[in-house]
Amino acid sequence: MDSKKKLRESRGLSTNLRKTGKMLHRVFPNILAVVLLSGLIMEFVPMNRLSEFLGGGFFTDGLIGAGIGSISIGNPLVSYVLGGEMLDQGVSLMAVTALLVSWVTVGSIQLPAEIQTFGARFALLRNGISFVFALIIAFLVLLTMQFLSGGF
Amino acid sequence: MEKTGAKQQPSDKKESAFGTHLFLLIVLIIYLLVFLFDPSRTFAALQFSSEMLIKLLPVLALVSGFMFLNNLFVKPSWVRNHVGHDSGWRGMLIAVVGGTVSMGPIYVWYGMLQEFQQKGMRISLIASFLYARSVKLQLLPLLIYYFGWLYAVVLVFYLIIFSVFNGLLTERLSIKS
Repeated sequence: MDSKKKLRESRGLSTNLRKTGKMLHRVFPNILAVVLLSGLIMEFVPMNRLSEFLGGGFFTDGLIGAGIGSISIGNPLVSYVLGGEMLDQGVSLMAVTALLVSWVTVGSIQLPAEIQTFGARFALLRNGISFVFALIIAFLVLLTMQFLSGGF
Repeated sequence: MEKTGAKQQPSDKKESAFGTHLFLLIVLIIYLLVFLFDPSRTFAALQFSSEMLIKLLPVLALVSGFMFLNNLFVKPSWVRNHVGHDSGWRGMLIAVVGGTVSMGPIYVWYGMLQEFQQKGMRISLIASFLYARSVKLQLLPLLIYYFGWLYAVVLVFYLIIFSVFNGLLTERLSIKS
């Protein structure tokens, strides 16, 4: 009885290993594609010059900030450094917050991978809503900061 | 919290080998085209990508381990009970906390979430998990360093609240469309 149980368990284990291997095999091309695309963007898009696009108006800056964050990739730490520099250069908190939030919530670069995994409707809706939310959060953070500290 | 039926799952169609490699193929074609115009910067981009991939390996190993454990121990009934259509606010709490503590790039988690989805995970919870990943606990000291603790607390508060809204709205609009 014990040997039969052990045999069943080892079969279950190997089946699960195979299943995990298949899953990785399906997911890995997408991961590789996102990584390769990130390399291209990092090489050809001048991240340190992004703040030059800002300086229009309150909502325009918010929109541009969210737009820049949406197409940016890399560690969020980069967005903190960039955001800090932008604040020093006089860019509004609305724009900087929209950039920080969209950087980590909207994924234009990985969108094709998300579409392949969860379907176009889900991926487009989720990212679209995240873009709008980046603007709303930026506005709410600005209001809350002004309320709590009397200005940033 | 609103309960929805199983039919509102995101696409669970079986992908062909071509489908799974299509995105990679397009990126490789872009590389080829860029290489024709600027070979040295294309190599620089490749080098950056390879360094990024090496940094990703530990996270990939971790996620692979999670996927294996998921296949081994997590039964569809557990998923349906804890993060399924009737999981309510407890399911949302699991998704938001899970998203907050998960590490590495977002796309590394797609595979595991897809498996949970196939076992019955609610799509609002998938969206909330993905949104809650914007809270970077490990980078919180740096966020405080650059923007101050008050800004960090306010931003994290709104990110957590909006991860719930994002999940619910994504699901609702998915159903409507």
